Amino acid sequence: MDSAVEGVAIPSRLRPLNGIKVEVAGQPEASGCGSTGGSGKSSCGSSDGQDDMPAEIWEKVKNHPCYSEEAHHHYARMHVAVAPACNIQCNYCNRKYDCSNESRPGVVSQKLTPDQAVKKVLAVASEIPQMTVLGIAGPGDALANPAKTFETFRRLQEEAPDIKLCLSTNGLALPDYVDEIAKYNVDHVTITINMVDPAVGEKIYPWIFYDHRRIYGREAAQILTDRQMLGLEMLTARGILTKINSVLIPGINDEHLYEVNRAVKARGAFLHNIMPLISEPEHGTVFGLTGQRGPTAQELKDVQDACMGGANLMRHCRQCRADAVGLLGEDRSDEFTLDQIEQMDVVYDIEKRRAYQEKVEAERQAQHAAKQGALGEQSADDGMKVLVAVATTGGGKVNQHFGHADEFQIYEVTASSTTFIGHRRVDLYCQGGFGEDEQLPSIVNAINDCHAVLVSKIGACPRDELKAAGIEPVEEFAHEFIEKAALTWFANYRERVAKGEIVHISRGDAAIRQGAFKAA
Amino acid sequence: MAYKIVASQCTGCSACEPECPNQAIYEKNGVFFIKPEKCTECIGYFDEAQCVAACPVDKTCIIDTSYPRYQAA
Repeated sequence: MDSAVEGVAIPSRLRPLNGIKVEVAGQPEASGCGSTGGSGKSSCGSSDGQDDMPAEIWEKVKNHPCYSEEAHHHYARMHVAVAPACNIQCNYCNRKYDCSNESRPGVVSQKLTPDQAVKKVLAVASEIPQMTVLGIAGPGDALANPAKTFETFRRLQEEAPDIKLCLSTNGLALPDYVDEIAKYNVDHVTITINMVDPAVGEKIYPWIFYDHRRIYGREAAQILTDRQMLGLEMLTARGILTKINSVLIPGINDEHLYEVNRAVKARGAFLHNIMPLISEPEHGTVFGLTGQRGPTAQELKDVQDACMGGANLMRHCRQCRADAVGLLGEDRSDEFTLDQIEQMDVVYDIEKRRAYQEKVEAERQAQHAAKQGALGEQSADDGMKVLVAVATTGGGKVNQHFGHADEFQIYEVTASSTTFIGHRRVDLYCQGGFGEDEQLPSIVNAINDCHAVLVSKIGACPRDELKAAGIEPVEEFAHEFIEKAALTWFANYRERVAKGEIVHISRGDAAIRQGAFKAA
Repeated sequence: MAYKIVASQCTGCSACEPECPNQAIYEKNGVFFIKPEKCTECIGYFDEAQCVAACPVDKTCIIDTSYPRYQAA
């Protein structure tokens, strides 16, 4: 395997370890959307748009917020918590925990029966017409609860045929259910794969429950990786798109994820989502209690960058709860509790949904055009690049007040490109109309690697403090499209540097806030 | 003897329910219980008690010593 893939330099510590065989099943790179362009840019993937991927895959993912970075600004998803049981134990998971502030993936406030889940989906789809995707992601494992998962899918296929179905699994039971997955037209499956080497796996998985036995240690990890790879190959053979989730655990699998990336790409995985470990002592997880830390923003980006050129990377994951509702980065699940659903008058109107989605599509085209237009105006690229934080409520626009942002989207900007590289959660600055000054340092920490923050508006006090911290607050692009705003701001920044008005200095690292997204 | 589920420990995840060879496990108010008269401790079916092996929380499915040891027929 060539580690210098397509001209992308791989740091030596991220090169494949010796002695680990990565088998290539079938025809390598013939399936999924494996090949890469000559410039080192991936040929399809979440950060890219339709120009970069095969038409049939673009057709499948273009409105899927979890698979397409572009779509996630415009389309919403929901998860129904019908699958509470799990068949493996992970050291980053503790199932016995859900308090009011709980926000990790893998916990939910309310379990649903398939019947309740279908009611909830129909209610949400009627209220939120841009909801195009329904996923079963736990809180346990979708395929450790096959009866509940497939009953939900069967009924939704009949009652809401325009909604795409997807599921998420650890892969242990996957080979047993691939045919059933195909039967219900589930065209997207996410498998969580943290390792392809049982020596790494035994540090992540203390045990699995398989074939009526509890199996521990390396034997357990070997069975898990074998089943994951087999399941992935079977899905690929049936033309079902597969995304791989990996949890980045510093010191355990950070260097190893490069190999995971290559192994899953070889088996046809379409997208690879590398997420930071969420680990706090109060979560009561093994990793939380042993003091295993999560990665910093720079460590996460380093591993993601090293994996570029392999399976395409996804960087917009919000690590949602298994009962999340709405656009990624918002959670409206509080509006759809069981009691509230009972009160709702649900009319499932496919035509109304279609009309709304056409409007969304028009806005999306406008965003695309704005970016292209701004790119046309830029001067030659001299290699200078910076990160920019953006406050947005969706629609691909700079349209949120600094004090109302509970996350910032981060873009890497050069003279000739903008690349979405992720998001940073923060604690709200504004609460009840007043700025909370003690929150500001944590917000600065979260976007400390950025040169500017684009907002629709910002108060005088945080503006001065951001400036003091070396981050430029920018209001002038309020309600404009993000990419155009970022490119225009950067052109102006470069002009000021050229005139000697300001000095360009590089910024430091940033902290990743712990906890999955949950609206306050 | 039979197994029992410590209700305060049970997360209600349902992992045990379909594994029981005797259909001895049932749900009530979000947590699971074992009918002692139906439990055979998995003797004659499996080498280890399935509820114990499947449960994600340690010391949740435990032996209830108030019942005599199950005797296979």
